[in-house]
Amino acid sequence: MTRKQRRLTLIGAAGLVLAVAVGLILTALNDRIVFFRSPAEVAELKLQPGTRFRLGGLVENASVSKSEGQKVTFRVTDGAKSITVNHTGILPDLFREGQGVVCEGTLQPDGSFTADTVLAKHDEKYMPREVSDALKKQGHWQGDQPGQGGQPK
Amino acid sequence: MIVETGHFALVLALVVAGLTMVVPLMGAMRGDARLMAVANPGALAQFALLALAFAALTAAYVGSDFSVQNVYENSHTDQPLIYRFSGVWGNHEGSILLWVLILTLFGACVALFGRNIPEALRAVTLSVQSSISAAFLLFILFTSNPFSRLFPSPAEGRSLNPVLQDPGLAVHPPLLYVGYVGFSIVFSFAAAALILGRIDAGWARIVRPWILTAWVGLTAGIALGSYWAYYELGWGGYWFWDPVENSSLMPWLSGTALLHSAIVMERRDALKIWTILLAILTFSLSLLGTFLVRSGVLTSVHAFASDPARGVFILLILCMFIGGALALFAARGPQMAGGALFSPISREGSLVLNNLFLSAACAAVLIGTLYPLALEALTGDKISVGPPFFNATFLPLCLPVVLAMPFGQQLAWKRGDLLSIASRLFIAVLVGGLTALAVAATTHGTDVVAIIGLGLGVFVVVGSLDDLRVRAFRSGAANALSRFAGLPRTVIAAAIAHMGVGLMVIGISATAFHEERIAAMAPGDKVQLDGLDIVFGGARRVVGPNFAATVANFAVFDGGAKVAELHPGKRTYVGRTMPTSETARLTRGLGQIYLAIGDSHGDKVDVRAYWKPWVLLIWIGPLVMSLAGLLSLTDRRLRIAPPRRVRKAAILEAAE
Repeated sequence: MTRKQRRLTLIGAAGLVLAVAVGLILTALNDRIVFFRSPAEVAELKLQPGTRFRLGGLVENASVSKSEGQKVTFRVTDGAKSITVNHTGILPDLFREGQGVVCEGTLQPDGSFTADTVLAKHDEKYMPREVSDALKKQGHWQGDQPGQGGQPK
Repeated sequence: MIVETGHFALVLALVVAGLTMVVPLMGAMRGDARLMAVANPGALAQFALLALAFAALTAAYVGSDFSVQNVYENSHTDQPLIYRFSGVWGNHEGSILLWVLILTLFGACVALFGRNIPEALRAVTLSVQSSISAAFLLFILFTSNPFSRLFPSPAEGRSLNPVLQDPGLAVHPPLLYVGYVGFSIVFSFAAAALILGRIDAGWARIVRPWILTAWVGLTAGIALGSYWAYYELGWGGYWFWDPVENSSLMPWLSGTALLHSAIVMERRDALKIWTILLAILTFSLSLLGTFLVRSGVLTSVHAFASDPARGVFILLILCMFIGGALALFAARGPQMAGGALFSPISREGSLVLNNLFLSAACAAVLIGTLYPLALEALTGDKISVGPPFFNATFLPLCLPVVLAMPFGQQLAWKRGDLLSIASRLFIAVLVGGLTALAVAATTHGTDVVAIIGLGLGVFVVVGSLDDLRVRAFRSGAANALSRFAGLPRTVIAAAIAHMGVGLMVIGISATAFHEERIAAMAPGDKVQLDGLDIVFGGARRVVGPNFAATVANFAVFDGGAKVAELHPGKRTYVGRTMPTSETARLTRGLGQIYLAIGDSHGDKVDVRAYWKPWVLLIWIGPLVMSLAGLLSLTDRRLRIAPPRRVRKAAILEAAE
């Protein structure tokens, strides 16, 4: 091969890998990411059943009920709205009523949320920032003009 | 008094760093050997002063001096000695101090062991290294002083975060930092080469042991952190694609690329500009990781209490060093003559392929980590980029690297012959293929990705070792043993390291065949895993030195015979309200039975039980890679003053 051909091979290979990488990343960013929503946003955006997202807020007081097997039901609230969450499995160590929680799963036709993972905060000092932000936003929303300040985006 | 000494040592270290930053550089510019001679004592003095400061903080921790705010917030007299000790770096201020300590350690090592490095290169390298330590010392003194006092002094401390009270986590940060921060010296070497305008194969030969040292530390540190997450967090996961984990993976990926491109630079005097760029980018990614973890823009178990001022400060340091180095690169890079070009099918060509894909994989991780931050800043939308994203991008980009590994290892320099290698790798392909078929048959082909992964892993393990067989038997079986003994250690190390990658691939692929049982168990209940009966015997309360625990008792039966007892538990530490999990594991071959308990209600306890076949390979693989790296460090062909090189590797080993 001549020098020029070798150089072209190298540039071609680099370009090809780059193109593959960009393609993979763009596709994945389209359908492999999950949005974070607070209960108020879920109501506001009228999310369709089957939508997959992360639901964050506080575990409502006196809302946790465990039934047979490993089924557990609780409500997640951001102060304005709350959503019933169903989960099968063991809850994390730091799961408590009145504490911040992030659940990942899908919205059901009846408006409840089926979570396949439940994450609680890592230690008592720390609250998932998404949750604290959502709560702040809700606090602001209630204090100001209802129905306007809470608009996401 | 000791505490004030530590504080004073930091201020003094800053002054010394400032001097070492300026004087040797001036000396190199003017060709004045006396000014350049400041570099060595300057680097050594910085390390000595940092060691003094670190010792002072350690003394405050071990002696439970709660008049020091940092000790008050992160220690407790009831903590066992090891956690009063590891608490030093279990918090923001202390961990940054450790960061700078290791930074200066690398400078001191260059001063001590780098006598065969050309004087100007060594002087400028140490001067750049000192500029990094000066910047971080300013950061410590202005925003994160570990020596601030409290008055009046509290009687008792608030104790170390319970999840950090674990032997694994006592070792994880120092090891990780050897890697993370170790790349700083490579960065300094690169910047020095650009400043001096001299980049050649000799540079690569000098820098390669340092790249290797940092890489060994980073590999082992990441593996240890992953194993800790596996047994401490109680979910049985080993990698969560958490942004903080990604911040350590990115320098690892680009550091691995650097390790390979430096070989090409050393042997063929090619890829010079690219290698310099990688050296700059690798440490830039380390800095980016430090920024992400320390600034509080991310929330994670790794993020300690954050303060916006710190974030801005680190961002400034980040921009200064990355921007400065890239500007220097842009100015000087084009003047450096490009090296030899080569045929695509050759050892060099395969190493370029490795670099392309590793860089692309690194970019995918970078985008996945930063995209949520950018999106939130721009639109306010909060998203989570988790395993689905990385599985769809990172894995396909790594696949060619792993697949090409045994081929690249056997390709000749300059011009290789792919066909003859393919025929030599026939055995490896056969074994890998048969493995995949056997797994597919026994599991009825349920998980295609896992089956391909297992086959690939076996292919890589066999193919890597096959390289050694081929080299040893090149001139017949008679003198194979002596030929093997005569192989350069770098060749053996490369084969072993690649085998480690294969082992890790096998371990990761086998996670698809994990069995999980989740049940609320009363005493006498049992679950079945891997043909074993696991019988719950009840739970009891236990009081430890600084915690109260619920400990469950499980007996494991094989047929009728009891083979083991397991005691998973939950602990609540003094001064904390939240419990932490203590998992119990039973190792069987390379797999583990893994038990964790949740809440108890009445006499019933929520139990999570897993059978994880081959799971240990996930960490044995990286361990093998690190050991191979150490072996490679002892190679005689790192031939600058061979006898001393051997000693140095031994000392580095001891230091790690």
